[in-house]
Amino acid sequence: MSVTKIEINPMTRLEGHGKITVFLDEQGNVDNAFFQTVELRGYEQFLRGMPIEEVPRTVSTICGVCRCVHFTASVKAADAVYQVEPTPTARKIRELVLNSHYVEDHAAILYALGFPDFVAGPTASPAERNLIGLIQAVGAETGKLVLKKRYAAVKVIEMLAGKPIHPVAALPGGWSKRVTEEERKEILALAKEMVELGQLTLKVFEDVVLKNENYMKLVTGDVYKVVVNYMGTVDEKNRVQYYDGIQRIVDTEGREIGRFTGKGYLDFIAERVLPWSYLKMPYLKPIGWKGIVDGPGTSLYCVGPLARLNVAEGMDTPLAQEAYERMFATFGVKPVHNILAYHWARAIELLNAAEKVQQIAADESITSPDVRAELGKPSEGVGIIEACRGTLIHHYKTDDKGIVQEANLIVATTHNKGPINVAVRRAAAHFIRNGKVDEGILNLVEIAYRPYDICLACATHVLPGRLPVQVDIYDHKGELYKTLRNF
Amino acid sequence: MAGKLSLAYFLSGGCGGCDMAIVDLSETLVDVLPQLEVVFWAPTVADVKYKDLEAMPDKSIDVGLYSGMVRLGEQEHIAKVMRQKCKVLVAYGACAALGGIPGMGNMHTKEEIFRTAYFDTYSTDNPEGITPQTRCVVDGKYELTLPEFYGHVRTLQDVVPVDYFVGGCPPHHSFVGQAILAILQGKLPPPGSWITSGKAVCDVCDRNPAARGEERQPIKEIKRTIDGVPGEGKCLLQQGYLCLGPVTQGDCGALCPKVNIPCRGCGGPIPGVKDFGLRAVSAIAGLLADEALVDQIPSPVKLFYRYSLPASLLGQKVK
Ligand code: SF4
Ligand code: SF4
Ligand code: SF4
Repeated sequence: MSVTKIEINPMTRLEGHGKITVFLDEQGNVDNAFFQTVELRGYEQFLRGMPIEEVPRTVSTICGVCRCVHFTASVKAADAVYQVEPTPTARKIRELVLNSHYVEDHAAILYALGFPDFVAGPTASPAERNLIGLIQAVGAETGKLVLKKRYAAVKVIEMLAGKPIHPVAALPGGWSKRVTEEERKEILALAKEMVELGQLTLKVFEDVVLKNENYMKLVTGDVYKVVVNYMGTVDEKNRVQYYDGIQRIVDTEGREIGRFTGKGYLDFIAERVLPWSYLKMPYLKPIGWKGIVDGPGTSLYCVGPLARLNVAEGMDTPLAQEAYERMFATFGVKPVHNILAYHWARAIELLNAAEKVQQIAADESITSPDVRAELGKPSEGVGIIEACRGTLIHHYKTDDKGIVQEANLIVATTHNKGPINVAVRRAAAHFIRNGKVDEGILNLVEIAYRPYDICLACATHVLPGRLPVQVDIYDHKGELYKTLRNF
Repeated sequence: MAGKLSLAYFLSGGCGGCDMAIVDLSETLVDVLPQLEVVFWAPTVADVKYKDLEAMPDKSIDVGLYSGMVRLGEQEHIAKVMRQKCKVLVAYGACAALGGIPGMGNMHTKEEIFRTAYFDTYSTDNPEGITPQTRCVVDGKYELTLPEFYGHVRTLQDVVPVDYFVGGCPPHHSFVGQAILAILQGKLPPPGSWITSGKAVCDVCDRNPAARGEERQPIKEIKRTIDGVPGEGKCLLQQGYLCLGPVTQGDCGALCPKVNIPCRGCGGPIPGVKDFGLRAVSAIAGLLADEALVDQIPSPVKLFYRYSLPASLLGQKVK
C-alpha cells in the first residue's frame, strides 16, 4: 500500500550501522518511520573465557568516545563478582576519572554536535554545521580556549588511569595506582579550568539558544517532544549521581515507578528482539511491552542527561544546582519532555562534574596509599553507572577462578532506541508533507535524534559525528525515483 | 614541504578512539591545521561526500589515514578508493593495522554471536524466537532491509596494499603529533614499515632491569593483576605479571607499566616480527623457569593475540 518509501540511509554511513526508513502514504505524508541499527560486534560473546580483571580495559574499546564508562561499569561489576567494595580512596580516584570524562565528553558533544546546529542555524548548509564551522563562528582564540580547558580533563584521566583513551588502572576492589600529593595539587589546578569551562559553556548556551526567540520556540515547542518514562541514578537525597547510587524510574508525570540496584535491573528492564534491527529494544517490564508509542502508559523510557535531571530532585554541587533550578523554572513543568533540553541538561552536568572533580581533589585523603581491598570468592556481579549518554549496565558471571562465563551489557543508546524511533517519526511527519523533501528538512529530522547523542559506537560501533544522511525515494512500483544525500 | 599537505581520514570498523586521539592534540591541532588541507574526513568532521572522494584524481591526496578494521562491504570499498586516491596510505591504529580488539570476534562464529546476543543474554525478551533478518515485512506492509552480518574481521592490509602502519589502541596523541610532523617533513621510513620510534616498551620503561644494571631472572610463577601488589619500580614481568613489553613497540612511552599494569601489546610488534602472538608466547616461554607454567595462563589466545588475531597465522574460526 505504501506509495513511496524514503530511506534516510545511512544515518551514519553508507551500508553502515544505523538508518532511518520513512514510509509515505499516497498523499506523500508520513505513514510510518523506523530507526534501524545495522551492526553488531559480539563483545558479549568474546568476553567469555577472559579473566574478569582483564575485562575493563578490553570493553573500553566498545567506544573510544565514551572512553571511561564501559571501563568503570565493568570494574564495578568485577567488584561485585569478587564481593568486595573498593577502598574509600580507590572509590574517590574512580570518581575523579569518571567525572573528568564527563567534562571532556560533554564538552566534545556540545561543541561538535549540539551548538553547531544553533550557531549556524538548524537549516544552514551541512558544510557550516560542524566543529570547524563553529570554530570559525566563535573565532580561533575561543576555540583554542575551549580545547585547552577540555584537555585539562583528558590530562587527569591519563595521570590516574594510565591511558587517556581506553584506560587501564582499574582493578576489582580498587585501583592499580595511588595519587601523590603533587598529582593532587595538579588536579586541583586543572579542576579550576574545568569549572571555568562549565561556566563558559552554560553562557554560550544562554547567549546562543536562550536569547533567541525562534530557537526557544523549537526548544519548548511540540515537534521535538517525546513523552516517555525516565531512568537515572540518584543518591539518598535524590540528587543526580554518576558513579554510584540507586537507579530510579519515574513515569511520564514524574511519579516514581520503582527503584533498583544491581541485579534488580532484571525486574525492570527487558530487551525485545526485533526482526528489523540488530539492536534490541528495551522496555519497562512492570508495564509490559506496549509497542513503539509514547504518551501516558507507554513502556518506553529514556536515559541520559535530561532523563537524569528529570528523575532527580537536584544536583549535589552549588553552581550546577542553580543552573538546574533555572532550567526547570524556564519550562515550568517536570518532567521536561522537550528533547532539545538534552543539550541544556548536558551543559549543567558538565559544570556539575567539574565541581565534583574540584571537591574530590580538595580532599587530602585521596593521597592515601590504601587503594586495594581484599577480594572474596568470585561468582556473579552487576555494575551500573551513569555513562554520559545514560544508564550503563554490565553483568558478568564467572567460574570460581574469576574467568568470565557469561556477559550481558545494556548500553545507554540501547535504552533510548524506542524514544528515538518516536522522535524521528514525529519530526518526519511534521516536516515531510506532500512528498516534499529537501536537505534542510532532513536536518530537522536529524535534529530529532541528535540530542540523544546516539552513540552507535556503544550500541554497535560508530562514532557520533556529522552524520552522513542519504535519502532514497522510491516510487509506488518500488523503483528508485530520486536520491538525496549529504555524504 | 612547500604548500599544504592534503589529508584524507576514514573511520572504518573502529571505536572512534583513534579519532579522539587527534582531537586530544587540542591546541597543537589548531596549530597544525593551517599546514593541512583536510580533503576528506568521514564520518566525523568534514562534510565531504563519498562521491567527491571517488571523483578525485588518482593519487591526488598526499596522505590517507584509515582507522578501524574491515568488516563490511562498504568499508572494503572505501579502503580501495582511498588506496587509489592517496599517494601514501596509513593503517592508523591497532584495528586497521592488526585487527584490534574486535578481531577477537574471529574466535567465534556468527551463529555463536547471534545465539548469545538474541537468545542467551539475561535481559533478552524474544517470545517468538526470532533473529534480525536482512529483509522483513513489518505489519504486512513496511518492507525493511538490513545489511548482511559478515562472518569475520580483516585488517586493512588484507584488502589493499598499505604503505605504513601506526600501532596503539589508540596511538597516544603525543605520538600522533610526532607522526604528523614526520609526514609533514617528509621524514618517512621505506614503504611497508611501521611509523615508530623503533623501541620496545621495555626500552622506554622505567622498570627495565637493564636500566638499573640488573640481569633478568627466570620467572618462577605466573600472576594475574589481581594477585598481590607489584613491587614499586620493579619489572612487572620479573615478578610474574605477564607483561608483553619485550615484544611491543613502545611509542606510547610505556603508559601501562607506569600505573603498575602490564602491557598487553596494543602498540604492535617490534620490527621484524610477523606474528605478534607467536613471538610473544615464545619470548615469554623463554623467560619462564619452567615451561609448564604456560599452562597456567587463562585463555592464552585472548592474552597474546588481544590486538592482533586477524593479522595472525591462526585465522578465524570457520565452523
Ligand atoms: S585501535 Fe583501539 S582506539 Fe583505534 S579504533 Fe581500534 S579499538 Fe578504537
Ligand atoms: S617487561 Fe614490562 S615492566 Fe618489565 S621492563 Fe618490560 S615493559 Fe617494563
Ligand atoms: S604499554 Fe603496551 S598496552 Fe599499554 S599503551 Fe603501551 S603498547 Fe599499549
